[in-house]
Amino acid sequence: MKTLNRRDFGVDLGLALAAAILLPATKARADDMDVHIDNFVFQPAELRIKAGTTVTWTNRDDIPHTIVSAGKFRSKTLDTDDKFSFTFTNAGDYKYFCSLHPHMTGMIKVE
Amino acid sequence: MSGHDHGDDGVSRRKVLECMTWAGTGVLWTVTGGVPRSLGIIDSAEAATAAAPGMSFLQISDSHVGFDKPANPNALGTLEEAVNKINAMPAKPAFMIHTGDITHLSKAAEFDNAERIISQTKLDVHYVPGEHDFIDEEVKLYRERYGRGTKGHGWYSFDAGGVHFVGLVNVVDLKAGGLGNLGAEQLAWLEDDLRGKSKSTPIVLFAHIPLWTVYPEWGWGTEDGDRALEYVKGFGSVTVLNGHIHQVMQKVEGNVTFHTARSTAFPQPAPGAAPSPGPMKVEDARLRSMLGVASINFKQNEQRLAIIDTPLQG
Repeated sequence: MKTLNRRDFGVDLGLALAAAILLPATKARADDMDVHIDNFVFQPAELRIKAGTTVTWTNRDDIPHTIVSAGKFRSKTLDTDDKFSFTFTNAGDYKYFCSLHPHMTGMIKVE
Repeated sequence: MSGHDHGDDGVSRRKVLECMTWAGTGVLWTVTGGVPRSLGIIDSAEAATAAAPGMSFLQISDSHVGFDKPANPNALGTLEEAVNKINAMPAKPAFMIHTGDITHLSKAAEFDNAERIISQTKLDVHYVPGEHDFIDEEVKLYRERYGRGTKGHGWYSFDAGGVHFVGLVNVVDLKAGGLGNLGAEQLAWLEDDLRGKSKSTPIVLFAHIPLWTVYPEWGWGTEDGDRALEYVKGFGSVTVLNGHIHQVMQKVEGNVTFHTARSTAFPQPAPGAAPSPGPMKVEDARLRSMLGVASINFKQNEQRLAIIDTPLQG
């Protein structure tokens, strides 16, 4: 199994600032994607990406959320404006949800 | 719901807070023959006197200690106001229950701060966890502090004033797409706990997320809550108390009365009234009318139950 490139920026402010600085560099890869959490909804709810793509989730709510895909990946609890990134190296369907608000669900389809 | 556009009203908010006085009003509910009836907005002292005989206890919920967003930048402060209100009650309640979300991010300092303020009531407090109390990495801070003598993830029962109280945990093992969850182990324990109890024993179930389906679109309900409610069928008086939705809501079904408590931290919108259940930003002058505590009064040997909701300001 290939190493999964997981970047977890954590909740502390210093790391969040570091993330903000690092982000433009991450964006250099044209196929990297963003998912936002607004109003308890993952947007977009479904993403189609190519293997090797890094997806970065940003929590824009005033309430903490998590991003959990059973057996695949699990973020720490993201407070307001915290981010979580995961690089998808293998093709497949990755269903995920917020373990604090399980009615929030999303899907990443990796080709 | 993010409040980045609310950054410039800090001065006016402080000013309003300084000028505030607590009117001390509340809503007195009496339940006669299973039907709750509001006696209207009255002064809390009056309410406490009206409901004085019998055993009374207090419910407090959703303190969210650590929350500091524009909906209420000082959740610890409003918890302290609630505690001051409790300490000023003319009739001291027998004990208090806290229906979860004591903290916002399950941090040790948040638990410490909550404890420091709540302990000023000098009341016994019976807790159940909310999902915000179970988000530390090893999910141990809540259990280390409040889990002594409890089963599983923190459920337990006790008797007081002739009433059987059951604290339930429905914020663990939540499934994708699902609602709150009690789980098979807890349900089996509950069935066993109630077995052999006289059907005339008043039962109070309390949990964080509503056991009844309030609004599934926002996750406001418990997947297997019906199973728990089946076990209390046949009891003459059942009261189900919860928090989580930060507003007062009541329902009566047969002998079961459902009641949700306000938060002491921030209000949440009515079901479907906003794009999300996130913190509701209201004018500073209105905030305290939407936060508060509830006291519940049992009159022994009478089929009457009074629930008194006391907002921090009326």
